[in-house]
Parts: sequence; structure tokens; C-alpha cells
Amino acid sequence: MVIAIGFEGSANKLGVGIVRDGEILANCRRTYITPPGEGFLPRETAEHHQQNIHEVLQEALDQSGLSPQQIDVVCYTKGPGMGAPLMVCAIVARTCAKLWNKPILGVNHCVGHIEMGRLITKANNPTVLYVSGGNTQVIAYSRQRYRIFGETIDIAVGNCLDRFARVLKLSNAPSPGYNIEQAAKKGIKYLQLPYCVKGMDVSFSGILSYMEDKIEELLKEYTPEDLCYSLQETLFAMLVEITERAMAHCGSDEVLIVGGVGCNERLQEMMGVMCAERGAKVFATDERFCIDNGVMIAYAGALAHESGTRMEFKDATITQRYRTDDVLVTWRND
Amino acid sequence: MNDLKILKQGAEAKLYICKYLGKSTLIKERFQKRYRHPDLDKSITKERIRNEARSIVRCKTADVKTPALYLVDFQRRRIYMQHFEHSITVKDYIIQHATKNAEITQNLDEICKMIGITVRKLHENNIIHGDLTTSNMLLVPKNLNNETTEEKCLEKERFDLVMIDFGLSFIDSSTEDKGVDLYVLERALISTHNDYPDLFSKILDAYKNHSKNNIKEILSKFEEVRARGRKRTMVG
Ligand SMILES: Nc1ncnc2c1ncn2[C@@H]1O[C@H](COP(=O)(O)OP(=O)(O)O)[C@@H](O)[C@H]1O
Ligand SMILES: [Mg+2]
Repeated sequence: MVIAIGFEGSANKLGVGIVRDGEILANCRRTYITPPGEGFLPRETAEHHQQNIHEVLQEALDQSGLSPQQIDVVCYTKGPGMGAPLMVCAIVARTCAKLWNKPILGVNHCVGHIEMGRLITKANNPTVLYVSGGNTQVIAYSRQRYRIFGETIDIAVGNCLDRFARVLKLSNAPSPGYNIEQAAKKGIKYLQLPYCVKGMDVSFSGILSYMEDKIEELLKEYTPEDLCYSLQETLFAMLVEITERAMAHCGSDEVLIVGGVGCNERLQEMMGVMCAERGAKVFATDERFCIDNGVMIAYAGALAHESGTRMEFKDATITQRYRTDDVLVTWRND
Repeated sequence: MNDLKILKQGAEAKLYICKYLGKSTLIKERFQKRYRHPDLDKSITKERIRNEARSIVRCKTADVKTPALYLVDFQRRRIYMQHFEHSITVKDYIIQHATKNAEITQNLDEICKMIGITVRKLHENNIIHGDLTTSNMLLVPKNLNNETTEEKCLEKERFDLVMIDFGLSFIDSSTEDKGVDLYVLERALISTHNDYPDLFSKILDAYKNHSKNNIKEILSKFEEVRARGRKRTMVG
């Protein structure tokens, strides 16, 4: 039995989570929210994490009812993500590990999302669509690695949505993506946008610059809601298409959607329709687990720890670039 | 023509087999995808059918083997083409047949060479395939007769490489698109055939050697696309 605590802060969410054998004992989070029209920058985000991390840690310990002595391993996000915010969590994790005299373990953020999704949904060996502010990947497991079959060749889907929300000056609370989703529900008139799929890869930058360049003109004919609706329909159709292509290529009949954009209900619905058309099944989670959190880091760390992965204290660093397929998946041998 | 037998459901189409004018025919039907907006679905489907038909025809002049095109039916969203009854995708061949066995390894080298040359021929004719994976390449035995089985032909290097699935293809002379095409192929090989790490370099060698035309520019574009992939920071 492993009890693990996880620290996550690779972007604007700060989370601390505690798990015991796949049972969630605490899941606490704060989000750094910027004014409308503005994105989050590394320095300010790191400051936010610094100011909140002690409170969130205390909250998580209280929620779990555990004392630090009962924890077996201290996990933190090693990467990928923004350097300064990652560093805040790594430093606090290292301090805790020393203070409590526990082993430390750095976790790949993307692998955290995947394992969290598998835990919550009980999907067995799914094709994974990982969609967030910084990532867009279609992943499948093979021979002890999560292999990337498709990905964006420029910007991430969440980044595209967030930046369009800024163009429209939508609020960033609770998240720009959420507000686009709500606006899209009221959209009626469909605008055809550039659509760019290359095999199992996608490209979103053309769509974004098209919208940015033409926004004044477009707003004369379309409401902001229409544009949110059209944007979502286009981006998500591309994502569903590459997921289906990867499924056909891998002979898979399960899809798991993870990452912040994964809690978008329209995306889940579209994926469900695609799956029904090919006798497959879709799995998704809600915002508690989809959006960056500490539990996913604790849980993926616990799996690695249990299967013998260890990290020396001197290696407990961070890295802004850390690919999903760099991780040796020691806890699976199917 | 009425008794359609479904062969399989591919990445974007349902495939049926039938007899058409006495020939074994494969119908590729890009059925309506209800997950996407009907306007988008219509325009994508039309474009893909058009791309596929156009590129199959253009492959003839490029000396690249593809299924023969029999009929295009936009109304029913179908393409009728030659069905290779005795064929195996390169992907399945590698997964099922390839072992450490020396003869097979030699065969794999031969297949890589054929892939490299074929992709080069496509690019020399400005055909960008758009979805270069081992699922979209068929091995078809030559001169199959009653005595020789499919297996035997594949063992003895008497097979053709047939390119399929041109729905995402387009005609372009830019080096950027050729670079991306190679990048897509490399990534597909790395992810699908991770137990054979040198397939792509063998393919690329054959690609380079087949013709020198513009090769420097294409390769440097390819490297550029690759580097972009590696440099991307991933936040969140
Ligand atoms: N002409 C053909 N002869 C034999 N098998 C074929 C032929 N065309 C396609 N196939 C088989 O059907 C699968 C799907 O066809 P493909 O054209 O790639 O459609 P999709 O776009 O749906 O992937 C191929 O991977 C191959 O196994
Ligand atoms: Mg195909």
C-alpha cells in the first residue's frame, strides 16, 4: 500500500493531492486568473503559486486526515511546463521530502493525466486524446511507453481557444475555454473555417490567424457566440478525426479524453458519436480530474514508486520539455 | 452490385467488396460522419473523394502503383476501385511476419527501399500523400498462381508496393509539404514499429538516392519541421 502526495504547478493551476492505493484522500486546487484579454506569464504565475502553496498543502493534509509521517513518497511535476511555476512546486516538494524524510519522485505531467483518466474511468487500454492549453496529442500504449501517434504541429488546441477568447475579451474565470463552451451553446450561424489535418497530426495556427485577421469583418455578420460555436465545431472535428485515424491504425476500440479541454462536453459528445459509428467506447472525466491537479501527480507517482522507480534527490529537478514517450512505464507490462 | 459485403471500417470510410464489370472491386464509402457539422462533413467528403481520384490518376504518370480507379460516385460518397484480394498492409506484414529471421530482415530492407523510392516518385511529381503510414501501403504478390501461396511470394521478394488512401493528398511543389510528408511518415513508423528503430533511416536513404533533384532543400525543410516539433514547449 502506497500513500503518495503530489504537487502540480506546471501552468496556472496549483494543486496538491493525496492518494492511497487509487483512493483519493485529498484534491485541492487554486487557479491563477488573469484579467480579460490577458494570458498568464511565467513570473506572475510562479508568484501566485508561491503565495498559495502552503495554504493548499495544509488544506490537502487536513482533508486527508493524515499526518506527514504516514506519507510514503513525495511526488511533483518534473515537466513539461513553464519553468518558474514548475520550480516553485519542485522546491516545496524537495523541502517536504527532506523535512519528513521521505523519498522524492518527479512525474511527467502528461503521464499523470493519462493514469488519472484510466483510474477514474477504468478504461483498460484506450487510445488517448490528450488536449490542454499546451498539449494536443493522440497517444497509445505499446511496449512500456505511451507512444505519440499524432500531435499538433504548431499550437495546442487549448492555446488556440484561449487566444481566441482573448480576441473576444471573454473572461478568464473560471477559464477561457469554459466561457467559449458556454458561448458556443448559443451560437446558431455556422462559419466554415480552414481545416487542417495531416495524417494523424493537426495544425491550428492557420485557423487562429484567420480569425484574428478577420475579426472586425466577421463580427459584422456573425455574433461572438456564432464564432465560438464555429471555432469549436472545427477544432473538435479535427481532433475527433485524428483520434479515429489512430484507432483504425492501432485497431483500438476505446478512447480516453484527458487534459483541460477534455472536460468540454461538446468534444465528449462528438467523440461519443464517432465511437458509436465504429462500435467503440469513449471515456472522459469531469473538471475535477481533467483539469490539472495534484492527485494525478500523486497517483502516477505512486504507480511508478510501487513498481520500483526511484529518483535520487540530486535528480529532483525540473524540465520545460519532457515528452510523453520519454517515460518508461514500469507499472504496465501488457 | 447489390450484394455488398463489408470488408472493414477504415480510418474514415467503410470498405465493401463487390463485383463490378466482372472484376473484384472495392467500394470506399465515406459515409456521413454525424459528429461533425453537416456543411463541414459535405465539403470534407467531397474534397477527399476528389483528392483520392485525382491522385490515383496522377500516380499513373508518376509510375507509382495504386489500385485502378473504376468509378466515382459523389452522390453516394463512393469510390470504386480495384480490390487486391491477396494483399497485406505493410503494417500487418511487419507485425505478423517479421521476426529476427534473416531472410525476413532482408525482405524488410527491400520493403524500406521500395517505400523510399515510391515516396520519392510521388514527391517528384508533386504528389503529397498526406497520410503516409504503413496502414496505407499494400504488399501485393506478383504473378500469383495456384501453386504459389501469398506467403511464398512475400518471402521471395516478388511483390509490388501499392500505395492507397489518397484522401488527404494534394498537389504541391513546395518543399515544406514534402518535408511534412516525410515527418508524418517518420512519426508513424516510430510509434507503430518501435521494435524496428531503423526503418525510417533506410527509407530515407532510398528516398535520397533515387534522385538528387532538390534533395538538399527537401531534407533541410524536413529537419526544420522536426526541430519545430522538438522545440515546442508544452504547458498545461
Ligand atoms: N484496393 C485495396 N485492395 C485491398 N485492400 C484494400 C484496398 N484499399 C484499402 N484496403 C484495405 O482497407 C484499409 C482501409 O482503406 P483506406 O483506403 O486506407 O481507407 P481509410 O481512409 O478509411 O483508412 C487499408 O488499410 C487496407 O487494409
Ligand atoms: Mg487508411
